This record gives sequence, structure tokens and C-alpha cells, in this order.
Amino acid sequence: MYYDKLIFEISNSGRKGYSLPDFGISNYEIPKDLLRKEEAILPEVSELEAVRHYTNVSFKNFGIEKGFYPLGSCTMKYNPKINEDISSMPGFNLHPYQPISTIQGSLEIYYETQRILSELSGLHTFSLNPYAGAHGELVGLMIMQKYHQDREDFKRTKVIVPDSAHGTNPASAVVAGFESIEVKSNPDGTVNVESLKELLSDEVAGIMLTNPNTAGIFEKEICEIAELVHDAGGLLYYDGANLNPILGVVRPGDMGFDIMHINLHKTFSTPHGGGGPGSGPVGVVEHLVKYLPTPVVKKVNNEYIIEDENDTAIGQISHFYGNYGVVIKAYTYLLSIGKENFANVGKHSVLNANYIKESLKDLYLLPIKGVCKHEFVFDGLIDKSNHVTTLDVAKRLLDYDVHPPTIYFPLTVKEALMIEPTETESKVAIDSFIEVMRKVAIEAKEDPDLVKGAPYNTVVKRLDEAQAARKPIVKYRDLLT
Amino acid sequence: MFKYLPHTKKDIEEMLKVIDVNSIDDLFLEIPEELKKLDLNFPNGLSELEIYDKFNILANKNKNLIPFVGAGAYDHYTPSVIKHLIGRQEFLTAYTPYQPEISQGTLQYIFEYQSIIAELTNMHVSNASMYDGATATAEAMFMATNVRKRTKILISKTVNPNIVNVVKTYAKYRGFTVDFVDEKNGITDIDDFRKNNSKEYAGIIVQNPNYYGIIEDLSDFREILDDSKGLLIINSDPSSLALLKSPGEYGADIAVGDCQTLGIPLSFGGPYIGYLATTKKLMRKMPGRICGVTEDTDGKRAFVLTLQAREQHIRREKANSNICSNQSLMALFVTVYTAVMGKQGLVEAQQKSFNATHYLYEQILKLDKFSEVYKQPFFKDCLVKSDIDSEIINEKLLEKGILGPLNLGKYDKSKNNLLLFSATEKRSKKDIDLLVSILEVL
Repeated sequence: MYYDKLIFEISNSGRKGYSLPDFGISNYEIPKDLLRKEEAILPEVSELEAVRHYTNVSFKNFGIEKGFYPLGSCTMKYNPKINEDISSMPGFNLHPYQPISTIQGSLEIYYETQRILSELSGLHTFSLNPYAGAHGELVGLMIMQKYHQDREDFKRTKVIVPDSAHGTNPASAVVAGFESIEVKSNPDGTVNVESLKELLSDEVAGIMLTNPNTAGIFEKEICEIAELVHDAGGLLYYDGANLNPILGVVRPGDMGFDIMHINLHKTFSTPHGGGGPGSGPVGVVEHLVKYLPTPVVKKVNNEYIIEDENDTAIGQISHFYGNYGVVIKAYTYLLSIGKENFANVGKHSVLNANYIKESLKDLYLLPIKGVCKHEFVFDGLIDKSNHVTTLDVAKRLLDYDVHPPTIYFPLTVKEALMIEPTETESKVAIDSFIEVMRKVAIEAKEDPDLVKGAPYNTVVKRLDEAQAARKPIVKYRDLLT
Repeated sequence: MFKYLPHTKKDIEEMLKVIDVNSIDDLFLEIPEELKKLDLNFPNGLSELEIYDKFNILANKNKNLIPFVGAGAYDHYTPSVIKHLIGRQEFLTAYTPYQPEISQGTLQYIFEYQSIIAELTNMHVSNASMYDGATATAEAMFMATNVRKRTKILISKTVNPNIVNVVKTYAKYRGFTVDFVDEKNGITDIDDFRKNNSKEYAGIIVQNPNYYGIIEDLSDFREILDDSKGLLIINSDPSSLALLKSPGEYGADIAVGDCQTLGIPLSFGGPYIGYLATTKKLMRKMPGRICGVTEDTDGKRAFVLTLQAREQHIRREKANSNICSNQSLMALFVTVYTAVMGKQGLVEAQQKSFNATHYLYEQILKLDKFSEVYKQPFFKDCLVKSDIDSEIINEKLLEKGILGPLNLGKYDKSKNNLLLFSATEKRSKKDIDLLVSILEVL
């Protein structure tokens, strides 16, 4: 049966689900005029009612442990259980104001994680303070801005972003105080070097690139691009969303990138949590280290210390040290994988993506031919005569217990279906996905209305998204009127 | 073979045949050879047993202390059920609810979270979460400057310096100016605000309870801002709102803060979760994700991300915020906390924290070497002046496993040896008496 109650709708006045000790401290009065007068509607349930409610709510979700989750650009790899156990060890549950001598273990984890990220990426030093990928982009671009300002080069107000970039790139550029300008892509999604040359000038602060790009294609002219941008006085920013396929094979630092962020929740296996908490460490080349945000964790004479302030940093961008609990999970993963397995992480993710691409290209339109990296993009079905769209295909996949790929992104491909399998999926799982995709393509040909009406087996059917925006109901109280 | 990499040699061979290449390395031919010569300085992988050993050693290099400090991170009680529920793979391993038909679980808890925040703050709408209270405050500044098309903002000197720093960083690179409103007797100096406020400012940011734990009466702020058409941005500890007059009741345009106080473990500063709520009028100017109610084709009630035209993936360079991933699982944490603590529990936990802090304050002020700083009502942080150097105090407390107060001199030299203590519902009378007995003999 479909469970559709809200926690407020199962509440009963006077019921409770907690217990607190009575320590015999007497009651103190809050001045009356400082107290709230409006009564808040809050849940009142027993402990079991709360547990049963959220267990039933959870059944309405699809997670990686249920089935294949090939969401492009999101790197939905397995989230190891041990990561969770380690991060919740009581020894790491510390107040952020504890003195240095009592937090050496936690600072060592912070320091060592940033050191491993440096080794894997080829950049000199990382700050783990940024909370997410987009936050990392913002921090990285603030560093870019401060670098130019320090050289008293105030003309550089523009950042170049490819038209195929993640939406966060142009948004981050603007929020960091730049103007975002677009460089055209080649048909294969790579940067058009000739267009780039035309855009480069003494007004350009830098370029943001994802490599491999959002179509899963490696920018093979990256060394030339780096030289062109550097010669024009700009810096190169690496969007680490697509780092997974090149892990242990090639490093952004060696390609000529000056600043980058890494999504620990993508490449380093920490759970996505329904959209966070993630972690977006930012790394820089040596001459930019002084700009990294405060507080900074350092190692001095075998002791780990925290530098709260320095005059050269861009400033503070988080209340404390970012999503520290997520960092512990990523460090656990890094230590588990080890040197001998790293290259296979990237390589097997690429193998899986190419295998799917080759197995489906007779039914789905492949706009960019040739070898891809961790992901690739189909432009919908080849046979479009029945007008079955990418959205229809995605919704039909739900009936087969597969999480659909990313759809309608990148914007450069009209009916985009962006597939990223990750290395933790076995050939068995991938073969069954291929079988489902083929079945849906055949259904689209033989019984298109079946696909257009999907999904059928989900707890709710297709939703009226326009209605939600027209008359927004955004809280329980709105349902009462 | 490795436990997270399932491919056998046979699998790989079969897959390569389908792709029509000879080796996996052939899939990387376009990458320039000179870039591929890697020799990583990195240890070999550890087994689970070795991992546990390693982290036990690391944990032993830490020391768990009993905190008598808050100042932005409070040691509240976390009911046991929370970790079991938020650890369910359906919640933990899912991503952003892009496919609502199989994400009703995530969407529903976001809706419940938004409802809880709206109730506590008395605001019309909350978003699905921000990174932390400090970045939420910075985003509120971006909202205000965007709504009013002004480039300056005021911030009270009684706001936590970490929040001030983050707001200043965000402002600086976008070309906005942050000016201070003075403090007087531990609260925002309303005369200074009245004097300096003008139509140049998009609004003011205040914190309540403020950095010193003092509960400010913000009743007169709305009227002053009505003249300048500035926005009132109130940063509040949401747990305090179970008892205290809410941002909505003070006429706030934007309410922000950090939900760590709703049962989230200290975990060395994160993950926590910021909230941001606003009025109906400004709903379409909010950053971040918002969940709303709709129906499916059968007319069944369902939840969906809505008003997405505001967000970066649609607006790109025209978006006013770049936020994408937020702190979703922590929103579930806060929601489950509020469900089990409930209407009574939120009040009880906060009243007990209030009581413990006031008892502590009374006991400390009985000692010769400590004195009152401000005669103001306070919540669960309390400020005292010490004649003894804070380093000596904290060292002595550390010997007994206690994390002592924050010396405000850390952020402002002129406030050296003004000490900010805090106690929550977890601190017993015995704990407090022990703390006071240590201070007594100094």
C-alpha cells in the first residue's frame, strides 16, 4: 500500500518520542517579552511512530544498493559501509574549538587527505574547507581573482566557459565577480581552439574546463590550450566533476591546470545523501598556495597546527573546516584502494562506458563517435518516427528498476541521455542494463504509447510539475488552508 | 581482484571484444604519452582490519572533552534513532531527486524539513538547505542586494566573527561593501543603526541570540528599515526559536542560521546545515532547491522540486547563486530530530540548556576573579570577565577533561579574557559544580 502521510498528519497532541534526564537544576525564567507568541505546528509522535514513518518514507526512494544508477556526471559508485563506521567513531566527534594538542588525529586525517589529493591530481596543496563542488568552484575563482588583483592586473574581468559546461561554472564565475563568456565546442564537444584564440585577451582572467568534458571526451589538445591561456596571462581551472576516469592515468596538474576542485562525493565514494553533504576540496599550484581559504591546516615539526588568519588568503568561506565527516569517509576510501588499484578505478569506469556505448549504438543515436571516457551521450533513439522522447525512455526505465541516466544535459545535445556507469558495476549488472535499454527501444517502435505513458510500477506516476510552480505549496501549513 | 572492482579477466576480454580494441590502454590513446608517465607516491591498499587499526590509532591521538563552550557549535543530545534512519541506503546513497517518481522519499523529507523551518522561524518558505549558517547568511546578503539592486549591506558587530568573515569574503569578490553597525552594552546599537542606515544599504544582518549569547529585542528594526526599504536579515539558532520570539514575529525578510543545534553531533565542525527562509514576496528570489506539492496523472498527492527557473542549471550565468548540492541528508537529520523530540522535546532541551547555562553563570559570578560583562538576558552562551589568563584556565580544565570557554580575544584583541561559556541539557549539576570548583582554586 502507498504510504503518503506526512509526519504532521500522524501527530497526536501530547505524544512524545524522547527522554531527557532531570539533573535537578532549578528553572530560570526567560523575560516574557522575548518569548515567541505564535504557536508552531511541530510533530508529536512516539518513537516507533517516528521510526515506522521514516522507514516507510525511505521505501519511496531509489538508492545505489537497490539497482544500477548510471546518472551522467554524478559518478554514482558504491559507497563502502566501512567509510560510515569509521567516520562515526566517537574519537572523531570533537568540538571545533578543542585545543590543538587534543585534535592531532583529526588534523592528521585532514592533512594526509589533502596530501593524497595533491599526489593524485598533481597540484601542490589542497584546502578541504569547501562544502561541495559548486562551493569549490566559487573558492577557486576567488583565488583566480585575488591572484590577478595582487598583480594589479585589474582589467581581467572575464572567465571563459565552454557551452557544454555544467551550469555551476558560469554561475560560479558571476558569483565570484567575473563576467562569464562562452567558447564554442567542436562537434565532439571539445573546445574549439580557434574560437578560444579569438576570445583570449588581456581581459581574460582564466578558463574553466572539465576534462574529460561533459560528453566524456578527453581534450587531447589540452597542452596547447594550457599554453595559449597561460601565454595570454590567464589561469586554468579544472572542474573535477569528471575526474574519475583519469584517476591514476593522468593528472590535471600535469596538463597545465592551476586550480581545481575535487568532488569527494563523486570520485572518492562518499555518499550523495540525496543531494549532500558533499565535499569540494580546492587544490592549487605552488605559487597560489598562499591564497587558499582560512583556516589552514599545516604540519610544522611533526605537529599539526591550524592557522586561523593570514593576510594573503582569499578569506574565510566556511564557519569551521568544511564537511569534515565527509573527509574521513574519503580518507578511508583512499587508504582502502591503495596504489595498486587506483589506475583500475579510472580504467574500468572507461571500459564500462565504452562497452555500453558500443552495445547500444545500433538503437540509440550516438552523435559523437569513437572512444569515450567514463561517460557518453546519446541523442535519443535513432528511430524517432514514433516521437518517443528521451524523457519517455527515462520514465520507462523506472519500470525496470533502473535509475535513468542524466537527461537533457549537456545542453549541446537536444535529446541528451548521458550515461555514466562507474567502475563498481559488474558486467552482469551492465549486461542487464543493456538488455533493458534495448527492450525499451523495441517497445518505442512497436508500442510507443506504452513508453509515452510510463512509468507504471512506481509509487506515483508522471507528475504535473507546472502545477507545483503555478501555485506553490511549500510547507505543511499551506495544505491546511 | 579488489572488493570494489568486480571485473574478472574474462569479463574484461569479452568487453574489449565488443568495443573492438585489444586492451584497456587502447581506450586512452588520445591522451598525450608524456602525460601518462605517472609514478605515484602512495601506499598500497589496506584491508578492513588494517583500516580499523589505523583509525583507532588516529582516534587515540585525539582526546574527547566535555565541552563548556558553544560559540556556534553546541553539544546537544542526539536521540539514537536518528543514525539508524538516516543511515538507510534509500536516503544515504540516492542523489538529488531529479526523477521524482523514484525520489518521493527524499522529496517528502525535504518538504517536512521546509515545514519545520517555516514553523520555527514563522516565515513563509524555507529552501531545501544551505551548506552552513555562515554561507546561508552570505547568500541572504546576495538575495538582498539583488532584490534591492544595491551594493552595500550593514552587519551588526554582535554577529559571530566567523559569520562576519564569510559574509565579507563573499561580498568582497562580488564587489559589495559590508559596513558595521556598532554594539552598545552587548547588543546592536540601535542609535548607530538609525544614524547610518540609508537607501544605499540593501538591509541589515543581525544575529539573535547574538555572538555573546544575548537575546536582543529586535522590535524596532523593522520600522527603521521601512524608511530605507532595506531588508531585515536575522540569523538565529533554530533550536532557540522553540522558545524565543521568531524572525517572522520581528518582521524579518530573510531568516538564516545553522541547524547544528537540532541534535547534529559536533563532528569537528561539519557536516552541519544552514537554513534560509523568506517571505512569500521574495520566494522567487531565493537561492537553492525548493520542494513543492503537486499531483501525478492519477491525482495522487506527490512532491517535486519546483520554481527551478531561479537555479544555476537553468539560468547559468544569470543565476544569483551557484549552489547545486546542499546538505540534504542533514536536512533529514534535522527532520528526524524534530520528529522524535517533538513539540515538547524541543522546548524541554532548550529550557534545560537555558537553565544549565544560567546556573553555571550564577556559580561562576560567585567567584572573586570573575565578573559580569553585560547586564542583559542571555540564552545558552554566557559571557564573563576573568582576572586570570584564559590560557591558564583552559589548561587546568583540560587536565580534568573539560573544554573550557572561548576567549573572545581570539578574534578581537581588545576583548582578551572575556570568556564565553555554554552549557546544554547534557551538562549535569555535578559537571557544572566540578567546573566551578576548578575555577575556584585558580
